[in-house]
Amino acid sequence: MSTLEIKDLHVSIATEQGVKPILKGVSLTINTGETHAIMGPNGSGKSTLASTIAGHPRYTVDSGSITLDGEDVLAMTVDQRARAGLFLAMQYPVEIPGVTMTNFLRTAKTAIDGEAPKLRTWTKDVKAAMAQLRIEPEFAERNVNEGFSGGEKKRHEILQLELLKPKFAILDETDSGLDVDALKVVSEGVNRAIEDGGLGTMLITHYTRILRYIKPDFVHVFVDGNIAEQGGPELADRLEDEGYDRYLADAPATV
Amino acid sequence: MTELTEEKVIDTPVSEEHDGKVWSQGFIKGMTEEGEKLSDLNPESGPLGGSAVKAHSHGDSHGGGVGVPDSSRAGRLTSYKLADFPLITGREEDWRFTPLKRLRGLDRVGVKGQELNGPAPVVAVTKPDAVTVETVGRGDARIGSAGIPEDRVAAAAWEHFAEATVVTLPAEYQGTADDVTTLTLTGAGDTPAASHIVVHAKKFATGVVVLDHRGTAVLSENVEVLVEDGANLTVVSIQDWNDDAVHASGQHISVGRDAKVKHVVINLGGNLLRTTPSARYTGPGGEVEMYGLYFADAGQHLEQRLFVDHSTKNCKSRVTYKGALQGDGAHAVWIGDVLIRKEAEGTDTYEMNRNLILTQGARADSVPNLEIETGMIEGAGHASATGRFDDEQLFYLQSRGIQEDVARRLVVRGFLNEVIQHIKVPALEERMRDAVERELAAGAL
Repeated sequence: MSTLEIKDLHVSIATEQGVKPILKGVSLTINTGETHAIMGPNGSGKSTLASTIAGHPRYTVDSGSITLDGEDVLAMTVDQRARAGLFLAMQYPVEIPGVTMTNFLRTAKTAIDGEAPKLRTWTKDVKAAMAQLRIEPEFAERNVNEGFSGGEKKRHEILQLELLKPKFAILDETDSGLDVDALKVVSEGVNRAIEDGGLGTMLITHYTRILRYIKPDFVHVFVDGNIAEQGGPELADRLEDEGYDRYLADAPATV
Repeated sequence: MTELTEEKVIDTPVSEEHDGKVWSQGFIKGMTEEGEKLSDLNPESGPLGGSAVKAHSHGDSHGGGVGVPDSSRAGRLTSYKLADFPLITGREEDWRFTPLKRLRGLDRVGVKGQELNGPAPVVAVTKPDAVTVETVGRGDARIGSAGIPEDRVAAAAWEHFAEATVVTLPAEYQGTADDVTTLTLTGAGDTPAASHIVVHAKKFATGVVVLDHRGTAVLSENVEVLVEDGANLTVVSIQDWNDDAVHASGQHISVGRDAKVKHVVINLGGNLLRTTPSARYTGPGGEVEMYGLYFADAGQHLEQRLFVDHSTKNCKSRVTYKGALQGDGAHAVWIGDVLIRKEAEGTDTYEMNRNLILTQGARADSVPNLEIETGMIEGAGHASATGRFDDEQLFYLQSRGIQEDVARRLVVRGFLNEVIQHIKVPALEERMRDAVERELAAGAL
């Protein structure tokens, strides 16, 4: 079993108006095999947490720690984190002109595993994974995310999740912008990765809708850069009924 | 790439500039209103149309350009005589991007004793038996059969070259991509020099000719490519000079009836390279593919200006130029002029330029121009986009475990490979891939 441990994490970004603190002391522990839903209103810091774990240069960690089985994640480069077993499914996947999906997937797999995948089984694995995610075969020869629709991009994020087999997957609003059919396809993919065993999942979402398809073990509610409440799946049901107003009313008046 | 796109309907003429910005333009469909007369300008009279058309105050050495408004690309002066061209000030449309001070006098031949009499590059030849390569004097009848200078620098070279190299593919010769004729042109030093090359594919000949420029030179060159009816010729011009070289190359392509030409420009090494290919059709059914690949490093100025002159019916042209830029002061210029004259019904043309800026301090100018004087065409369009390899792309690739240097290579290789794979000459493709690796390594990426 592996453990991703976040302790008292303070994160800020530089803006034109000066340094702006976003995360204000987040602590969270995820073990492989567990699925944690991170919920909260816009601007509460959910995506910042995801990007910080992956190592996006825009975010500055002011204090606190992130460790993976005791190893200091914050000391690692972005690619080292991925090779250590972290995977971020991005909210807005980036287009990479000139690089085909096939080339990209093989290069990433080689980097993660430290050796090139065996050609015959790899090709078969890619084809099978694409078929399960209802991705047309011609996408293999298209450039990474170039001209993909929002739903196609999200499916390709999950394709990478299934092929790269990380220890921990952080899904940053993977459900946003998906219609119900696409949401089901994507959720099935995540569930396959979870059922394969050994995946710890951090499921970041604004809505409860995806939680009908991916069952969380724990739910954490983010408000203003902190975890305001946590509990089991029942907390998600309550959020579905009540929304986030309750937490926002508790926050200091900002008028 | 950070890319914006913008769709436009093209009027006559279009000229846009893009400074590290992004821009693309779509295909023009339709425009087939029966009988519509869009313009009486530019009646069919090629620049080689002869003195009858051009007999005018400039004397009888002229080709096109007389009596046509300056706003049209067809109005550009063409002449074999240096004296016909005014001095270059740098404000002219076709010189405004070129750093004249770095031309080492090529622009000022005949002014204040500036000469153009240095030794021409040394020519070494490898070729199949059937192809002939000759060195001929200025009086050879084949000189002038495919081209005419379109600027002062090219006219100076035309007046000053001592002898020309003529490559001939005999009629119905069947060359292959492995059976290539290569002229290795090694610069003979930094005294300004002129040179002249004629590549002649006779009727129904098929083959590949490579011009491989190396060494150090300050050179003004004219290359005439004469492609007779039904021939299928590939010409690859590689500029892989030493860092200090200056090279202006006017490449004039004459495309016969039902002939096919693939013209490839590869600009890698040199301080200032200005390559100006132009294609003209002498009969219907001709097809031209023009590819370009350039990699501008710190301080390099790589300029590519092309012109496709559709003056006859049912001809086709495709232009694809791609370049990568890295380092302080790296500058690439791409100008793509396409003119569809009134007579050129059934024309099918598309041109595209893409730039990938890898570091701060590099600049790409990309200007596609399309003039259309008839609505009776198959299609006409152009696209230009300049993108930056940005932090978000790098982050995305790294977040999949790919190291930074590998990520950059992956992107640049992929970007340029689109052009490389069209060369279809295995030995050259290999060399170009190596060259790209070398450029990347030199840029310490």
